[in-house]
Amino acid sequence: MIATPEVDWLALSPALALLGGSGVALLGSVLVPRWLARGFGAFFAFAGFVAAAIFAGFVFDRSGEPTELLAESMTRDRFGALASILIAGAGALSVLVSWGEQRRDNGGEYYALLAAAGAGMVFFVTASNLMTLFLGLEWFSIALYILCALDTHRRASLEAGLKYLIIGSFGSAMLLFGFALVYGATAELGLAAIAEAADPDDQLLVAGLAMILAGLGFKASAAPFHMWTPDVYQGAPTSVTAFMSAATKIAALVVTLRVLTIGFPEQEHLWTVAIAAIAVASLAIGNLAALVQRDVKRLLAYSSVSHAGFMLIAVAANNELGGRALLYYLVPYGAMSIGSFAVVAARERQLGVPVTLDNFAGFLWERPFLGGAMWIFLLGFMGMPLTGGLLGKFYVFAAAYDTGWTWLVIVGVAATAVSLYYYLRVALAMWTRPEPRLRPAVAGGSPPRDPLLVTAVAASLGITIGSFLFVQPLIDLARDAAAALPL
Amino acid sequence: MTTTLILLPLAGALVAWLLPAPGRVVGAFAFLVMLAELVLWALAVGRFDFQQDLQLVDRQQWFDDLNVSYHVGFFGFSLWLAGLTIVVCTAAVGYAWWADRERGRAYHGLLLFLTAAIVGVFTAQDLLLFYVFFEAMLIPIYILIGVWGGARRVEATVKFVIYTMAGSLLMLAAVIAFGISQGTFDLVESGASNNVWLFLGFLAAFAVKAPLFPFHGWLVDAYGESPPELSAILSGVVSKAAVYGLLRIGIFKFDEPLQDLQLTILVLAAVGLVYASLLAFRARDLRTVVAYSSMGQMSLIVLGLFSLNELGVNGAILHSVAHGLVSAALFLLAGMVELRSGGTSDFADLGRMAKGRPALATVLMTTGIIALAVPGSAVFAGEFLILAGIYDEGWWWSAVGAGAIVLAAMYMLRLISGVLHDRRRAEPEPAPRDLGTAELSLLVPLVGLLLFLSAYPGAITERSFPTGQSQALVEPPP
Repeated sequence: MIATPEVDWLALSPALALLGGSGVALLGSVLVPRWLARGFGAFFAFAGFVAAAIFAGFVFDRSGEPTELLAESMTRDRFGALASILIAGAGALSVLVSWGEQRRDNGGEYYALLAAAGAGMVFFVTASNLMTLFLGLEWFSIALYILCALDTHRRASLEAGLKYLIIGSFGSAMLLFGFALVYGATAELGLAAIAEAADPDDQLLVAGLAMILAGLGFKASAAPFHMWTPDVYQGAPTSVTAFMSAATKIAALVVTLRVLTIGFPEQEHLWTVAIAAIAVASLAIGNLAALVQRDVKRLLAYSSVSHAGFMLIAVAANNELGGRALLYYLVPYGAMSIGSFAVVAARERQLGVPVTLDNFAGFLWERPFLGGAMWIFLLGFMGMPLTGGLLGKFYVFAAAYDTGWTWLVIVGVAATAVSLYYYLRVALAMWTRPEPRLRPAVAGGSPPRDPLLVTAVAASLGITIGSFLFVQPLIDLARDAAAALPL
Repeated sequence: MTTTLILLPLAGALVAWLLPAPGRVVGAFAFLVMLAELVLWALAVGRFDFQQDLQLVDRQQWFDDLNVSYHVGFFGFSLWLAGLTIVVCTAAVGYAWWADRERGRAYHGLLLFLTAAIVGVFTAQDLLLFYVFFEAMLIPIYILIGVWGGARRVEATVKFVIYTMAGSLLMLAAVIAFGISQGTFDLVESGASNNVWLFLGFLAAFAVKAPLFPFHGWLVDAYGESPPELSAILSGVVSKAAVYGLLRIGIFKFDEPLQDLQLTILVLAAVGLVYASLLAFRARDLRTVVAYSSMGQMSLIVLGLFSLNELGVNGAILHSVAHGLVSAALFLLAGMVELRSGGTSDFADLGRMAKGRPALATVLMTTGIIALAVPGSAVFAGEFLILAGIYDEGWWWSAVGAGAIVLAAMYMLRLISGVLHDRRRAEPEPAPRDLGTAELSLLVPLVGLLLFLSAYPGAITERSFPTGQSQALVEPPP
């Protein structure tokens, strides 16, 4: 008889649910008749995401105290559980957005990969040692590489997949190198153990920390590690972009906060400054580059770089308020992100060409609900009232001010001012009446009906506005979750 | 009660957006909502005790860790400013209904939303909530100018957005810093601050909104390109958000910085007053005259507020209300004149409009005469109080103010004769169209209120602050 370690199945259940959904969807694409495979896959992927969210809710409920599992390879705590809920929610919405995509083949595989990526992220945010962190990262990254390139008939999609693969691998390699250096310096893998074993003056450790920051920066698409973002967001299938912009960002930022606060409390004076610098760079580059974009997906990609900057301000603040600010910000940000890409997807499916500022014209009058929703998402990105975007920024700035970093608040405010210009360009484009010659719309007929996409947009809209009106419950959740970290 | 005053137009806006009805019907509906809002406001006045401080309070925790709450209520002066808002917005909605704007559902919904946000600004007793309403007010304005504006609407929108948002975002930074350092965002609970930088942050937003010299670059484009009813709201009401902010946040919360910066602000206001009045005198078209006159009058109001004494502050409130009514009436009149002149308000194409139009001539003349502060008018009463208040700070301030009143007489008389009497146009029109019943029913109440305030300015000056409070407010800190 071999003694096996005690396995905490509940802690693993969100990832397992998604893996199960993914596996069934994959099997379905082989065993189920062709006409049914797409629906079968979508259903099980959706069910996987919903089940993962529910299980993560149970984990949240039953993990008042953080516990280390499986030889310190995983943590069961509310922080990871809340992040898992957010990721699973983003995944479920993405499935709804994906459904209307005209996909000639790969229907089942698409959803299987989406669920697998979700499983990887859920695993990633609960991982607490360097090996499992890397495993989780590669797990979801590989799924995403394939997803980006899945539209094999479009050159842009293949290009996006290849770019993401090459640059992403580079990022992973940086991260792995950093992990190796840290391991070399401390001879420990667990985050908490690293913190204990670390010698504050060890140059090796500091070099490792720097490389870890760079590696995580790649995944969070923070400048100067954002080069892949516009190309990949633009080229990938829009539903995949929606998923990546929300879920990947959630996973990467949450893990950044966890790794830094648990693993490197002694080096706080170094990494808070480094993160602040990355935040400033992201705000500057993201906002300035977005000013000149005409392709809406590309513009939103740069906007996501700038939002990574805003959220990193919360990480840099390194206080309780910052932890809450990050977790709160992710909720409306995720919803606005998925919602806005969903609207772009709807326009794209209607026109059959990439959406630019020119052919977005008149959208509000053609489809008032989607156009109105897009307006609200843009207002949210700007940080205008009646959306959670305002309170997210408010919290982030409050956290920075509380740490005494007034200059960071000023930078954030200035970046917001710049961002208004390009968001308003999109917003005003939707109001203007299109000139006939700029109108490549398919001749005749109303735009394709896509009730699932509309549902996803409505849900995102609900979250965007709801997170403004009902802040207290979200803050309570975020407070409980952030309490698991030594902030 | 206060919450209902905010929610009623908001609910009306939602219904207007969702109701599948033609624009005319939605216009009628919006007008009804505004009439109901007026009644509700009158009820609030009836329940208000003018010898007490903050009243009709609604308070609800919003989020606890930073002590932010939904906290609204009225002071005497804010009740009058809210009343001004509702009256002017009712007239504006009525005008939009009468003019039958394109895409009526969206248009009227936005006007109602705007009303809700402005009323919210005048009631907010929590800094974050104030910011929320202040920003929410801007969103419909952007859209209304950007979509329904004149030929150069995009330029006007971009300028307006950049100016106002630059101010607002500085205010956001100040709001955060003030709230965190006080431990609460509640305006009633928080104490005073002596941080000059925070005051400057707030001042930036209000100086743009007023506008105060030299933050007025957006003014002419925005007032000139907007639909006339929106210009009426912008100059009549939205600019008063700056007055409220300067009073409720500036004067209530920043005693010391106020004393330090008083001179600077007074100089800016005095320069703005003279400069804007001169520009108004030189302007080539009707709307630009009203726009610059509005800036001049706002500078005068700021002069009154920052005289930091009882007379000046009371005068500023009275003048805010009177000027709000005057400039709303003038912009609506400008719209009506434009409808009769083929869309232009250029003086070169106007003149001789009095002929065959007795009603238009009477209303424009009455409003204009009140606007130039003829003794006995409400505007005169307000300006008199302001000049008397500022006299304490030095006679020269009053001299500048009085000089500006002369300038005001010059540009208003030029406006009246330019529209009504000048013989620049060779021939009088063959079939002049006078103001119709609908137009008169929008203008007459505004002018009537002005006449009422002229007869009894005490209606506002005696009911803005509990006895002695305005004195206590502006006393220098011990």
